[in-house]
Amino acid sequence: MKHNSENWLLKVEGLTKIYGTANANSIEKTGPLFDSNICPETNAIVACADINFELFPGEVLGIVGESGSGKSTIVKMLYFDMEHADGTVLFNKAPYIGKNILKESNQSKRAIRNHLMGMVYQNPRDGLNFKFTSGGNIAEKLIMAGNYHVGTIRDKATNLLEKTEVPVLRLDDLPAHFSGGMQQRVQISKAIANHPPLLFLDEVTTGLDVSVQAKVLDLIRELQQELGIAMIVVSHDLSVIRMLTDRTLVMKNGRIVEQGLTDQILQDPQHPYTQLLVSSIL
Amino acid sequence: MHPLLAIKHLNKTFTMHILQGKIIEALVDVNFEVAQGEIIGLTGKSGSGKSSLMKCIYRTYLSDGGNINYHSNDGIVDLVALNDYEILHLRKTEINYCSQFLSVIPRVTALQVVAQPLLKKGIESVIANEKAMHILNSLGLPEALWSGFPVTFSGGEQQRINVARAIIDPPKLLLIDEPTASLDPTTKDVVIEMLLGLKKQGTTIVCISHDDYTLDHLVNRRIHLEKGIIIN
Repeated sequence: MKHNSENWLLKVEGLTKIYGTANANSIEKTGPLFDSNICPETNAIVACADINFELFPGEVLGIVGESGSGKSTIVKMLYFDMEHADGTVLFNKAPYIGKNILKESNQSKRAIRNHLMGMVYQNPRDGLNFKFTSGGNIAEKLIMAGNYHVGTIRDKATNLLEKTEVPVLRLDDLPAHFSGGMQQRVQISKAIANHPPLLFLDEVTTGLDVSVQAKVLDLIRELQQELGIAMIVVSHDLSVIRMLTDRTLVMKNGRIVEQGLTDQILQDPQHPYTQLLVSSIL
Repeated sequence: MHPLLAIKHLNKTFTMHILQGKIIEALVDVNFEVAQGEIIGLTGKSGSGKSSLMKCIYRTYLSDGGNINYHSNDGIVDLVALNDYEILHLRKTEINYCSQFLSVIPRVTALQVVAQPLLKKGIESVIANEKAMHILNSLGLPEALWSGFPVTFSGGEQQRINVARAIIDPPKLLLIDEPTASLDPTTKDVVIEMLLGLKKQGTTIVCISHDDYTLDHLVNRRIHLEKGIIIN
């Protein structure tokens, strides 16, 4: 199928998040040119500004950048974890076509999250309820997406755990009793339980040892190939980005400084910051 | 008939911001054409711009001016000017790049690495695996290694996996970097035969090589680069 530029799933225009009191110069006087995201006049923090990109169905997009560059802020705004963002986010799924989903009611936002999105956080505690069993956590997402039959929910939860290589015997165990890698896989099961067309992955392998990291990455690759989910992968680890993504955005001081094909970003970086980043790979 | 590739006034410079903006000229006014079904050998010393040229065609490098007109299934397109998505589409369907080094994917076996291009296209795994086994067999990779992880393999073994992966699903244009560099003479002949087999099926090949034997037996024509300039 040839590329159709009108066929995007998500279109982000002018996405901006500022903490504190901004004035007319806050955006102009911050960013990579000033090597700062703090407004010199009002001390407002420009977490990210003027973010524009498109994501196509089944595409895997990477976001890289140093800590504090605004990469997590973007996915948190898109997943409505963070409120009061400026800009426009268009999501090409009925009944939201043509609407700025940032301006939807809280009820609609919840519906979008429950039916059309999934999120995997760096810390499993953010994505899982540690008072529920692993099965219970998956059930929570399934119930929110409109599944109410207990037998069906249990079957689906079992399938999801099998798919993510979590021993099904541990369906009724608490995630607190799981290893870090296993918690992460339960979190992935939960995130994809509603078959979302869009999945956010925020530093999902950070803090896991290499063998577990490989296993989680492998799982993400497989799920992507099998289910064709579009993904936004946030990571400061360039090898994760290289392995998972087709295109990459590079962030610095709350701005996108460069975007392109992932192999081009890694082998022919154009922006001084990207060159520094790439030359720092171990 | 249109050539498959027509490269006109191609330039590539690198601006090294971390070296006080030092500029390196990798390619200077490169012009050449490649006919459909031809095998071109790119030669020249290390650092002469062979890989840069190949990466400009594949768009891993962004060119500075010039055109790379490519005769795609949907007509003639300029690979310098296409957007990222159009490039990704061509990479998926028509243009394949096989680097000198295998970039291994953790926890994926040799056989799976080779079968993957077919699996991605939705071909059944039984058929894909069979084809992968057949190629690995022809390349003389011991069966004991098929279920092993390539990261632990020798240079020559990795290279054979790399070549196998590149040719399992013949592209319209194959860019291949040093396909025979670390192979013994017998395997070298097998690889040359396989590439000639692709040519028969209609694949056009641009191949970097330092090896006269490979060049003599494989390519129709050589293009020699010196300091980023084509020398006739």
